[in-house]
Amino acid sequence: MNIWLVMLFGGLITFGIRFSLIYLFGRIEVPETMRRALHYVPPAVLSAIIFPELLLRDGALDLTFTNTRLLAGVIAIVTAWFTRNTLLTILIGMAALLLLQWL
Amino acid sequence: MSESRREFWNGVRAEFPLLIGVFPFGMIYGALALDAGLSALASQMMSSIVFAGSSQFITAQLVKDAAPGFVVVVTIAVVNLRHMLYSASLAPYLKHLSLQWKVLLSYLLTDEAYAPSILKYEAEGTKPFSHWFLLGAGFSLWSTWQVSTALGVFLGAEIPDDLPLDFALPITFIAMVVPVLKKMPMVAAALSAGLTALLAIHLPFKLGLILAAFVGIVVGTLLDNLKPQQGSA
Repeated sequence: MNIWLVMLFGGLITFGIRFSLIYLFGRIEVPETMRRALHYVPPAVLSAIIFPELLLRDGALDLTFTNTRLLAGVIAIVTAWFTRNTLLTILIGMAALLLLQWL
Repeated sequence: MSESRREFWNGVRAEFPLLIGVFPFGMIYGALALDAGLSALASQMMSSIVFAGSSQFITAQLVKDAAPGFVVVVTIAVVNLRHMLYSASLAPYLKHLSLQWKVLLSYLLTDEAYAPSILKYEAEGTKPFSHWFLLGAGFSLWSTWQVSTALGVFLGAEIPDDLPLDFALPITFIAMVVPVLKKMPMVAAALSAGLTALLAIHLPFKLGLILAAFVGIVVGTLLDNLKPQQGSA
């Protein structure tokens, strides 16, 4: 993979998305369903990354208590749920993993 | 002070609380990108070429996983699709501006620049110098993102190797996704995407990620569409 090409295309597409309707205003209308669907993009993409990171170990499902990443992840989810504070969630999640790996 | 300059600084001021939150993220991104194997220059340039926080984190993760380039580009596009909402929402307020202004403001149009600007536009409508407010918000965020990335790249090399820094990525994503899980369709979108990702993990080229995102988006949207008729779908 050429990272510079990826960045160039990724950047152009991102700009194109941001520019699209500012430029096309009055010429096209965004359908309501599409508008709704866009709200679900962040939770869908992020969860698709989170689940395998927490639940898989060497490509196989690991739901045991020896899976420190899963335990630390659950602690982070609980922290995020109650505090809604992103930075605190990261700090507590990382601290939990370090602690669990030590135990 | 001229009216344009005053609006610019109003935008910077409105953006300020968001900048405090963004700064550590820029640093974390810089350190993680380096850790994922990007060069210092590439890590830094991604912050100005792509300039979209969550997709930069995801790109770092995919580079680390050695995903093929086209999968990374498609993922960046999917993750940043939500900006189309912002583009649609700001478009009526920017329609009178020159093409150069539209290009500049589009480049700076992030979640964080959009939030205070749309509030201002909705409260006041379009005034002759309102776009300077958006420029102030967008440019202050852009500068903060570049500086914090640089600091993260600079300090990243100092972080000891035995720290499980790669775990900071999924943790960061958890911190981003959990607060939006307020309604049932959102939760269903997250769960269905996560489960699909597990089931599809052996698909080649990390295509499972794109498939999983698609499943989550469809499930969330379908449930959302059911709601008006059924109340508690």
